[in-house]
Amino acid sequence: MTKIEVTVDGAKYADDVEPRMLLVHYLRERLGKTGTVVGCDTSNCGACTVHVDGRSVKSCNMLAVQADGHEVTTVEGLAQDGELHPVQKAFHECHALQCGYCTPGMIMQSIDLLNDNPNPSEEEIRTGLEGNLCRCTGYHNIVKAVQTAAGGAQ
Amino acid sequence: MTATGTRARTRGGVGESAARPDGGLKVRGEFAFSSDLWMEGMLWGATLRSPHAHARVEAIRTEAALAVPGVFAVLTHEDVPGVNAYGLEHRDQPVLAHDRVRYQGEPVALVAADHPETARRAAALVEVDYAELPPVTDARAAVRGECEPLHAGGNTVRHVRIRRGDPTASAPVVVTGEYEVGMQDQAFLGPESGLAVPAADGGVDLYVATQWLHVDRSQVAYALGLDEELVRITLAGVGGAFGAREDLSMQVHACLLALRTGRAVKMVYSREESFFGHVHRHPAWMRYEHGADETGRLVYVRAEIVLDGGAYASSTPAVVANAATLGAGPYAVPNVAIDCHGAYTNNPPCGAMRGFGAVQAAFGYESQMDRLAEAVGVDPAEIRVLNGLTQGDHVATGQEVDSAAPVAELVRRVRDMPLPPPTGTDLRSLPGGVANTTHGEGVRRGVGYGVGIKNICFSEGFDDYSTARVTVQVVGDAPVASVHTAAVEVGQGVVTLQEQIARTELGIARVRVETADTRVGSAGSTSASRQSYVTGGAVQAACREVAAELVSRASIASGADPATLSLDADHVVDLSGRRVASVVDLLGGEEVVERTVEWRHRPTTTLDPETGQGSAHVQFAFAAHRAVVDVDVELGLVKVVALDCAQDVGRALNPGAVLGQVHGGSAQGLGLAVMEEIQVVDGLVRNPSFTDYLIPTVLDMPPMQVDVLELADPHAPYGLRGVGEPPTISSTPAIVAAIRAATGLPLARVPVRPEHLTGT
Repeated sequence: MTKIEVTVDGAKYADDVEPRMLLVHYLRERLGKTGTVVGCDTSNCGACTVHVDGRSVKSCNMLAVQADGHEVTTVEGLAQDGELHPVQKAFHECHALQCGYCTPGMIMQSIDLLNDNPNPSEEEIRTGLEGNLCRCTGYHNIVKAVQTAAGGAQ
Repeated sequence: MTATGTRARTRGGVGESAARPDGGLKVRGEFAFSSDLWMEGMLWGATLRSPHAHARVEAIRTEAALAVPGVFAVLTHEDVPGVNAYGLEHRDQPVLAHDRVRYQGEPVALVAADHPETARRAAALVEVDYAELPPVTDARAAVRGECEPLHAGGNTVRHVRIRRGDPTASAPVVVTGEYEVGMQDQAFLGPESGLAVPAADGGVDLYVATQWLHVDRSQVAYALGLDEELVRITLAGVGGAFGAREDLSMQVHACLLALRTGRAVKMVYSREESFFGHVHRHPAWMRYEHGADETGRLVYVRAEIVLDGGAYASSTPAVVANAATLGAGPYAVPNVAIDCHGAYTNNPPCGAMRGFGAVQAAFGYESQMDRLAEAVGVDPAEIRVLNGLTQGDHVATGQEVDSAAPVAELVRRVRDMPLPPPTGTDLRSLPGGVANTTHGEGVRRGVGYGVGIKNICFSEGFDDYSTARVTVQVVGDAPVASVHTAAVEVGQGVVTLQEQIARTELGIARVRVETADTRVGSAGSTSASRQSYVTGGAVQAACREVAAELVSRASIASGADPATLSLDADHVVDLSGRRVASVVDLLGGEEVVERTVEWRHRPTTTLDPETGQGSAHVQFAFAAHRAVVDVDVELGLVKVVALDCAQDVGRALNPGAVLGQVHGGSAQGLGLAVMEEIQVVDGLVRNPSFTDYLIPTVLDMPPMQVDVLELADPHAPYGLRGVGEPPTISSTPAIVAAIRAATGLPLARVPVRPEHLTGT
């Protein structure tokens, strides 16, 4: 067991974890942060995407011990005082989700993309979301939601 | 798309792109998917599966697994208390294998343990002695009776024979072709999962992601040897379905473990296990012959279709019926002879996937329409316009199409949409993308068309109904309507629709849709594009009964003729919109008005066993696609540049949701066209992961132009037409036609792979 100290969605946690434990399992099983979901186990789908120190990471692709001393944000930590983050709001309003399983990862990746590039072209949005799979929407409205969120931030 | 013809002015009603009630939870990460369920003290289940496609099971030893600390139970076929069999139409599939395994991945033993890893490790310690048998893998040989029978009754699950007009008709222009469709996976993102909780009354409560709660219940109860009342199923959050959850996966297994251990048991499949844990789209082999006059007008269609159902029947009988009855496509054809067989083999079981039967046949008949266009020298769009079904025509089963069938119009609309700009110079927009595989040399552009037909709702005389319980009561000085059905929300938006219908019919703004469960009557399956139609119809009917009661009370109180009264904005109003009474006053505080309605669409008939003639379908739906592709002919890489669609939806109850279905369905058809296939060799799956089974990414899927027609079907609630499946049917042949146009290659198999294009 290895002791880690990690900040998740603004709260500090100190836990003993097995060195082989994945960050996504730590979030889901230890902290009950089930908003971050597992879709593929092989880092293809991106459903488990979170932010570590503000950058997007597929949390199935990182060990919990690697998060020691770092700040993790999940989809559950985005809303402030009950107000949805602009990207969350855009996904809801643009019908950018159906089953919603890809949504947490898509939102986290979209925020990272907009942090890098506040006014992306459609091509840049598509390139930025390439690592996140959606099976329901055909991506059309997801791209629209990111464009809407970018426009709203201007 | 506008909201015409309804009387409601209450916002968020039918015809509006109302927001999803679960959308806020889903963007916050607060929506509970079945894999998120948790109960204090619960155990975790794991499944041991057959590594062989076909083998005799000679012995199973569980001692080593039971000896693992933390293991609470290890179960085999001997522990199934009821009948060890399940299945949607034929109960031919063991809950746990007994003396034989018929496919790779067939469940053999179950373990419950206090940790998921312990459960998996213990499952691996269950010792099974197999005697391998040669697998039956050739569906055509299987239906010809050339292989060892895998089930009593032989290896043909079903044969449907269609004979219309003169089956031996001849024509001056004849085109023939053989076509194949590979095995597609639904690839929903949320793997199979659920939680079974043993109850004090000897029953069990199951929380699960599924598509059809009541048929799950009857199968679970049958296997557990329990009365159905003792099996209570509640829908847990569903991470996509697309047909793959219509059959059982872990439902019986989790209940068996829970009842044995007396503890709640959770099961969650990994992605790899998911590939073995659900049915797939039937691979198909098809031989088509089309005869036409010199102008291209169809004289006859003859076809032979073989669908590989794999080891167990699942929904193969219905898939065979769809492929056969829709096998001539959305065209008026006077003479038809089609034979469609569904086979038992030792390949993975195949069953429901979006558009089943119709998807496979469409690749065949649409490929043929392009060959015919070439043979008579007309444009591919024109050949479809010339032969397209219209209202009043008859399909291959002799059934009259008695509502809109705007095939020609749909084709014209996609044909006339603006084309994308010519092949660009930006490397990212070329086939191969940022891999920098070409600077444009060897890249050819092609345009292709596809049209499809789909039956909506269940066919062939099935008693296809849904149940809705609608309640109105006062909560906090305002009326609240509650809608309770067992209709499964898989992402398509039936929860939104139920709210919209209640707002429109009751004129009440505050509507609550209860969690779907088996405490209310069946809603039927979330499949066959049927929930808007059937559960929509049930909710509409139940709301109208509640509304009639409220109007009746207002009429008695006011003396007004009830025919002049309706509900709007929480009041009963007269024809001028003047408020006659408030719903709050009519309910008088504590009272609850509740109505439950079981609603059916008009009946259908069975097919004549000799001729396949009959009015077997409730409604037909049509979509057309135009695809534009760039193909790097040297490397065999395809970039779908545009995939535009026109579809008639009768009436768009939620235009935003309709577009979402068109986008998503088209993307799945794109996947089948150019990338998606479960590769099976000697009955063994070679690519059970998202690393090796590719689905379209955001870069594979182009932005779409979508034209939605609303030609109301007078037989359907609000005039609606099922939406979900048609876009999946026509996008595949359109894309392949575009690749053929770019390359000049015949391309008779999907998915089209690079080696098919380069000849390597």
